[in-house]
Amino acid sequence: MARIDCNHIRHAYGPHPKSDKDYALKEVHHAFEDGGAYALLGPSGCGKTTLLNIISGLLYPSHGELLFDGKDVTNLSTQERNIAQVFQFPVIYDTMTVYDNLAFPLRNRGVPEPDVDRKVRETLEMTGLADMARRKARGLTADQKQKISLGRGLVRSDVNAILFDEPLTVIDPHMKWVLRSQLKQLHRRFGFTMVYVTHDQTEALTFAENVVVMYEGEIVQIGSPAELFERPKHTFVGYFIGSPGMNVMPVAVEGRSARLGSQTIELPGAPKAGTSGVIELGIRPEYVRLGATGMPVSIRKVEDIGRHKVVRASFEGRDIAAIVGEDEDIPADPKIAFDPDGINIYADSWRVEMGG
Amino acid sequence: MLELRNVTKTVGATEHIRDVSLTLQHGSLNVLLGPTLSGKTSLMRLMAGLDVPTSGSVWFDGKDVTGIPVQKRNVAMVYQQFINYPAMTVYENIASPLRVAGTERAKIDKEVRNAAALLKLTPFLDRTPLSLSGGQQQRTALARAIVKNASLVLLDEPLANLDYKLREELRAELPKIFAASGTIFVYATTEPHEALLLGGNTATLSEGRITQFGPTIDVFRRPNDLVTAKTFADPPLNTIVLKKSGSSFLLDGGVNLPVPAELAGIADTSYTIGFQPHHLSLTRPSPSAVPVRAKVSVTEITGSESFVHLDFADVRWVMLEHGILVFEPDQTIEVFIDPRHIMVFDANGRSAAPPQMLAA
Amino acid sequence: MERTWNNKAWFMVLPVLLLVAFSAIIPLMTVVNYSVQDTFGNNVFFWAGSEWFEEILHSDRFWEAMARNLAFSAIILIIEIPLGIFIALNMPKKGWGVPVCLVLMALPLLIPWNVVGTIWQVFGRVDIGLLGYTLRALGFNYNYVNDPFDAWITVIVMDVWHWTSLVVLLCYAGLVSIPDAYYQAAKIDGASRWAIFRYIQLPKMNRVLLIAVLLRFMDSFMIYTEPFVVTGGGPGNTTTFLSIDLVKLAIGEFNLGEAAAMSIVYFLIIMLLSWVFYTVMTAYDAEQ
Repeated sequence: MARIDCNHIRHAYGPHPKSDKDYALKEVHHAFEDGGAYALLGPSGCGKTTLLNIISGLLYPSHGELLFDGKDVTNLSTQERNIAQVFQFPVIYDTMTVYDNLAFPLRNRGVPEPDVDRKVRETLEMTGLADMARRKARGLTADQKQKISLGRGLVRSDVNAILFDEPLTVIDPHMKWVLRSQLKQLHRRFGFTMVYVTHDQTEALTFAENVVVMYEGEIVQIGSPAELFERPKHTFVGYFIGSPGMNVMPVAVEGRSARLGSQTIELPGAPKAGTSGVIELGIRPEYVRLGATGMPVSIRKVEDIGRHKVVRASFEGRDIAAIVGEDEDIPADPKIAFDPDGINIYADSWRVEMGG
Repeated sequence: MLELRNVTKTVGATEHIRDVSLTLQHGSLNVLLGPTLSGKTSLMRLMAGLDVPTSGSVWFDGKDVTGIPVQKRNVAMVYQQFINYPAMTVYENIASPLRVAGTERAKIDKEVRNAAALLKLTPFLDRTPLSLSGGQQQRTALARAIVKNASLVLLDEPLANLDYKLREELRAELPKIFAASGTIFVYATTEPHEALLLGGNTATLSEGRITQFGPTIDVFRRPNDLVTAKTFADPPLNTIVLKKSGSSFLLDGGVNLPVPAELAGIADTSYTIGFQPHHLSLTRPSPSAVPVRAKVSVTEITGSESFVHLDFADVRWVMLEHGILVFEPDQTIEVFIDPRHIMVFDANGRSAAPPQMLAA
Repeated sequence: MERTWNNKAWFMVLPVLLLVAFSAIIPLMTVVNYSVQDTFGNNVFFWAGSEWFEEILHSDRFWEAMARNLAFSAIILIIEIPLGIFIALNMPKKGWGVPVCLVLMALPLLIPWNVVGTIWQVFGRVDIGLLGYTLRALGFNYNYVNDPFDAWITVIVMDVWHWTSLVVLLCYAGLVSIPDAYYQAAKIDGASRWAIFRYIQLPKMNRVLLIAVLLRFMDSFMIYTEPFVVTGGGPGNTTTFLSIDLVKLAIGEFNLGEAAAMSIVYFLIIMLLSWVFYTVMTAYDAEQ
C-alpha cells in the first residue's frame, strides 16, 4: 500500500481551458496517507469521480502531478500503477467461476499456479465467498458480484490502493449494512489505502476516517465525521452533511451577539475582527432546542420518522428545522433556544473563527 | 377510491403477487415498502392496468376496471429511470399529455408554466432533457405526471437514481405537490427511512404478499408480524429468541427481561423478541431497562449518530446512539434494552400483542 | 378476466396467417403433390409414389451438389465469422467514424443479389474486368470460366464481399453494449488484448454470433443467384449447387416430379441442419 500525493492537480475535459469555469477539477492539493480510509463526498458534477479516475490512471490530469510513495506516476498507465477499483455496477467475468474471477488478475501477471491458489483461497475467506468458489459468477446476486469485484483487488498483494466508485448503488438497503461493516473490518485488519467516492453522506461518514467534501471542482473541507458535523467550514458542508442539513440564516454580528430580526442570539465567542461580507449564522437542527422558554416560533409541520421527530417551524419569517426525541412532546406555545456549542458564524459562506 | 380484491398474478410458474386486497382513498399518499423483487413493481403494473391479474379484480370508484387497458384509465406513472422525450424541449415534454388530450393552447401554456414553477423548472423550459442534471430530468417527468391531472399517480422508486441531497429535497416536495390534487398517490421504495419521511400510509410487501397496511408510523411502531418488522427496519431489526417463564423472558448472561404488562397473559414458550436499534442504548433509558454485556464488532459514525455493531451470544445487533462513540473492536460493553419498546412474536412470527394493541 | 379484448387479437393475426398460407403453405403442398406424381405434359398425372425420392437419394448428381453446398457453407462461415468479428473489433466506438463505417458496411447489403452477381461477373472478366485484367497483367492465370478453382474463388470472394458486413453489424451491436467499466476493470486486472476478447467481448457477442452463424448458414446453403449469374454452375458442374441443379431439373429438363421431390428433400435438410445448429449452439450457450 502506498501514500498518494496529489500535487496541484487540475483537470479540464475540453481542449483549451481558459477560465476556472472550464475546469471540472479546479485545484486539488492533498495527500492520502498510507493505510488511510478516505471518502470523496459531494453532489454529482463536483469532480469527485474525475479525481478518482485521475488517481486510477483512467484519466490524465491537465495540470499537476500524482505521486505514489514519492514516485511520479502521473504518466503511467492503469496497469503500471497497480491499483484496484470497484465500480458502481458490478464488473465480473460472466463465463468464469468465482474462483477464476479472483485468479484472473494474478494469472494475467504470470503468477505461478500454487501461489495463485493460496492467494485466491485467502481472498475467498476474507470476502466470505468461499462457499461459492466453484459457481459461475453470472448467477450471483448484486452484492456477491460486488464482493467479487472487490476480491479481484484484494487478491493482489502489491496493490497501492483500492478505489471505490459508488460501489453500493445497486445494493439493497439491508445488504448495504452488511457490506459496509465488512469493508470497515477489512480495512482495520489489513490496513489498505482506500479511497471511496460517494454522494451518500452516511456511506462516506461510516466508511471513512477522513472525509473529503468536494463542491464545484474544489475540496471545501477535509475532516473527521465529527469535525464535518460540528464545525462545517463552508455552508455547503453544513447543508450537505446531516439530514436535515444545517439551518443557515443571515444575521448582523456585534461583538459576542448576533441579531436576527427582533431577536438577539448570544454567541460562544466574538468572531474575528474585520469579518465582512454576507454574515450568516449556522446551526444544525440537532442543536436547536424546542421548549417552553426562548425565542418564539410557529410550527408548520412535524415529521415523525420513528427514532426522532423533525419539527419544521417558522422563525422570524424564515424556515428552521429542529430535531426532537422520540418520546418528547411538542409544547403548545413553542419556543426555541440555540445550544451555543452548535453555533457557527459564516462570512461569504466560509466559517469564521470565534475568539473566547 | 382504488380497490384491489384478492388480486393474484402468476407468470409462468412463479407467483409475483399473492392474494392482495387493498383499498386506497382519494387524496391519500400510500407507500409500498419492500426489498427488490418483493412485488412492488408488479403490484403497480396491476394498479395501472398494464397487466391483468390472474385472478381477483380491480375496482375504481365502484366500477370494475379489471382488464381495462392503461390507455383507457387516467393514470400517470414515473419510473426510477428518467424517462422523457429526448428530442422535445422540457416545455413540450410537460405539454405532451395535454396535447394528446387535445387541450386548447392557452390552457396548455398555463398548466405547463404552473407545473414548471412548482418543480423549479422555469429556467429550463427551452432546453432538452438530456442537457439537464438527473434531478431536473426527473422533475420534468414528475411535471408531466402533474399536468396529466391523473386520478392515480404511481411512482416507482422515482428518487433512487438521484443524489442524496436532491432526494431529500424532492421527497419533501412530492407529497405537497400532489396533496392538493386529490389523486391517489402510490410510491414504491426499498428504504424504510424514505417511507417514514413521506408519512401517509404504508403497505409492507414480502414475497408478493402485503404483510400489513396502515398509517406509516403505526406500521413502524406496531408491526403485526416479524416479517413486517424486519421489512420496516433500517438498520436491520435486532432480534433474539427467548423463553418466557412467568413474568420474564430468560436472557443468558443478562438480567431477565420483564414481560410487558399487556402481554402478561401469553403462554410460557419461546418467542422472538425484536427491537429497533435506537432502543438499545448505552445509558439506562428507564428504570425498567435491562443491562446486557455485548462485544463490539464495528462502530460506524454518520456525523451526528453512531451505529455500533454488537455480538451478543450468537446474534448480531446494532445500537444507534446520538453523538460520536469510539470503541475498540472486541471490547465488551454494557448496553440497555428498554422493555417498553420491545416487540414480541410467537413461533409463527405473529405478534403476541393483543389485537387492540395492533395497528390496522 | 382475460375476455373480449383478448379474442379480438386473433383478427389482428389473420392477415399474417393468410399471407403465410398463400406464400408458404399452399405452394409447399403443391410441391408435395408434384413429388408423388409423374407427367408427360398436357396436365395428365400418374401416381408415382416414392419413386422420385428413391431416385434422388440414389443419384450421384444430387449427392455431389450436396457436397458442394456443404463445402461452400463451411468455407464461407470459416471466413466470414472471424473476419466479421475482426472488423467489428476494429471499428471506431465513438466519434464521426461511427456513422461513416456503418454506412460503408451497410452498402453491400443494400445491393440486390443478381446485381452483385453481374458486378462480379464483369469485374472478373479477363478482357474488360478490372479484377480479371489486373490479375492477368500480374501474371496469374486467372479465368473463372474455364478453371473450377478460379470459379470457386470468385464465388466465395463474392459472397464474403456481400455478406461479411452482416456479421460485422451484428457483432458491432453486441460490442457497443459493453459498458466502459468492463474495459477499465480489465485494464486494472492487467488483462491482455486476447483475454479482453476471450472473457469480455466474446461472451457479450455470444447471442448475436449465434444469430449470425444461423443466418449465414441458411443463406449460403440456399445460394443461387450469384453463381448462376457469374458461372452458370460451371465450368462443368463444379459450381452447380443444389439450388442451381434444382432449377436445371425443373425448368431445363422439365422433370417436375423429380424436381419437386428434390425441393422437399432440400427443404428438410435445411430445416434439419438449422435445427441442429441452433440446438447445439443454444445448449453451449446455456452451459456457459
